[in-house]
Amino acid sequence: MKISRAEVEHVSRLARLTLTDRELDAMQDEMDKFLGYVEQLNQLDTEGIVPTAHVVPMENAFRKDEVQPGFTREQALANAPEPDPAGFRVPRVIE
Amino acid sequence: MASKYETVIGLEVHVQLTTDTKIFCGCSKVFGQEPNTQTCPVCLGLPGALPVLNEKVVEFAIKTGLATNCAIAPRSIFARKNYFYPDLPKGYQISQFELPICEHGWLDILTENEAEKRIGITRIHMEEDAGKLVHGETQESSRTSFVDLNRACTPLLESVSEPDMRSADEAIAYLKKLHQIVVYLGVCDGNLEEGSFRCDANVSIRPWGQKELGTRAELKNINSFRFIKQAIEYEIERQADLLDSGSQVVQETRLFDSQTGTSRSMRSKEEAHDYRYFPDPDLVPLVIDKAWIAEIREGLPELPEAKRLRFESEMGLSAYDAEILAADQALAAFFEACVPLTGDAKLCANWVMGEISRQLNEGNIAITDAPVSPTRLAGLLNRIKDNTISGKIAKNVFEKMWQSGQEADAIIEAEGLKQVTDSSAIEALIEEVIAANPGQAAEYRAGKEKLMGFFVGQVMKASKGKANPGMVNQILKDKLSG
Repeated sequence: MKISRAEVEHVSRLARLTLTDRELDAMQDEMDKFLGYVEQLNQLDTEGIVPTAHVVPMENAFRKDEVQPGFTREQALANAPEPDPAGFRVPRVIE
Repeated sequence: MASKYETVIGLEVHVQLTTDTKIFCGCSKVFGQEPNTQTCPVCLGLPGALPVLNEKVVEFAIKTGLATNCAIAPRSIFARKNYFYPDLPKGYQISQFELPICEHGWLDILTENEAEKRIGITRIHMEEDAGKLVHGETQESSRTSFVDLNRACTPLLESVSEPDMRSADEAIAYLKKLHQIVVYLGVCDGNLEEGSFRCDANVSIRPWGQKELGTRAELKNINSFRFIKQAIEYEIERQADLLDSGSQVVQETRLFDSQTGTSRSMRSKEEAHDYRYFPDPDLVPLVIDKAWIAEIREGLPELPEAKRLRFESEMGLSAYDAEILAADQALAAFFEACVPLTGDAKLCANWVMGEISRQLNEGNIAITDAPVSPTRLAGLLNRIKDNTISGKIAKNVFEKMWQSGQEADAIIEAEGLKQVTDSSAIEALIEEVIAANPGQAAEYRAGKEKLMGFFVGQVMKASKGKANPGMVNQILKDKLSG
């Protein structure tokens, strides 16, 4: 296996996914296949090739610092499950 | 008592930029607006919305980099920093990781013993701010937090220092210097309370002589220089206590409570550090040519450091005076406007740092709104220089100028404050005072020279403060010993 069970659990925690043991097994299996597939790239000689940051050969797409009209508050909150004038309501988060 | 441990501090500062719009969209970003009234599909992270970089943010980043002696990267890229939190709508923050725009800078600070010390700046990169969370305070909302995304996507520069500071005072000196520079450049309004200049401090300690760094704690978002100092000092003590008692320092984020002067653990950082950065496919690379850098360098204002040195060398100010005046751009401009009109830099410095600053502080007004202009102040100072009034009377005149907005000459004329420099008039006053105080005169003549002050005071009082103090001294001496 190219990826350990512990790594899969770690990644699922980072993604806020609660997985059952069976799901973890399946996930480990699938991720192992992805990694094997991607590993084929390692056969290429990339010595001296600049890492690709973007696939489109383009640079410096800028915007002027000019204010554009945006959403009203109603529009901004339109998709919120629990809209409130004070903001998007979420379960309390306190650190 | 000398500590057993050496303190090591590195600072991360988030500088909010004074652009009109956000970093990746055209929303305005004014502080203190009603929640969620400055948003659009981009800063709400709606599917399909694409970020486009605000050119001004790049310009401000280059400016700041140049002013802090950084190398500007000819090519830089944006990355996604992945984590989940309700104030981060996309589930990632657009930041820079590999290839930040500025690297390898430094600032020189003055340490406690007045020695110059160079603090390295590892990098300065551009990123977007997150939204703001407000926690419910009513019974009904006690289990709720509210997300306001007005601040989401606001442009920030994050500057990361080397772990070069060895005390809370050095950390504060570095922060103040960086603060001065970004305010001078006009890229940040410098308002700590509103979160325009936010500091995280990484603090660790190690036994003297040990090479490896100790485990560090990160102190988060403290909103005044005073609290940052307190928080660092508390942390140094806390870690020393841990090590002394044989325990270990845990790597964690701690939140400082200014009410109690202590801090508490926020969350363990072990897992949070796994941000899985990767290049953001929504943004193309940034290429900065030499011409652009040169153009920006050309437009840089004189920075506080250069100004301080010029005030010392060209104007003959003391290091202390030069430092205070150069620290504030508007104050320095006021001072500089005043100097050529009086030809006396030291006198101007004293008045700008003294009476002017006192009035500004008392009235809580900006120097640009001061009712006494540099020209008016110079008009007053010239009356001191040509002996029309004494420095003491000048303070009263200044008070009236500040209140009425009138010129010094008009007030001096209207109130008859012109200094008495007519020696016969002063002599007459002195004779009266001596005649009225025969006992003290005899004591003085018997050798109690301290009484000179008493006589000067009496004469000045008799003249209602208008007698020329130098002449009073001179003539008194003659008369009393005669």
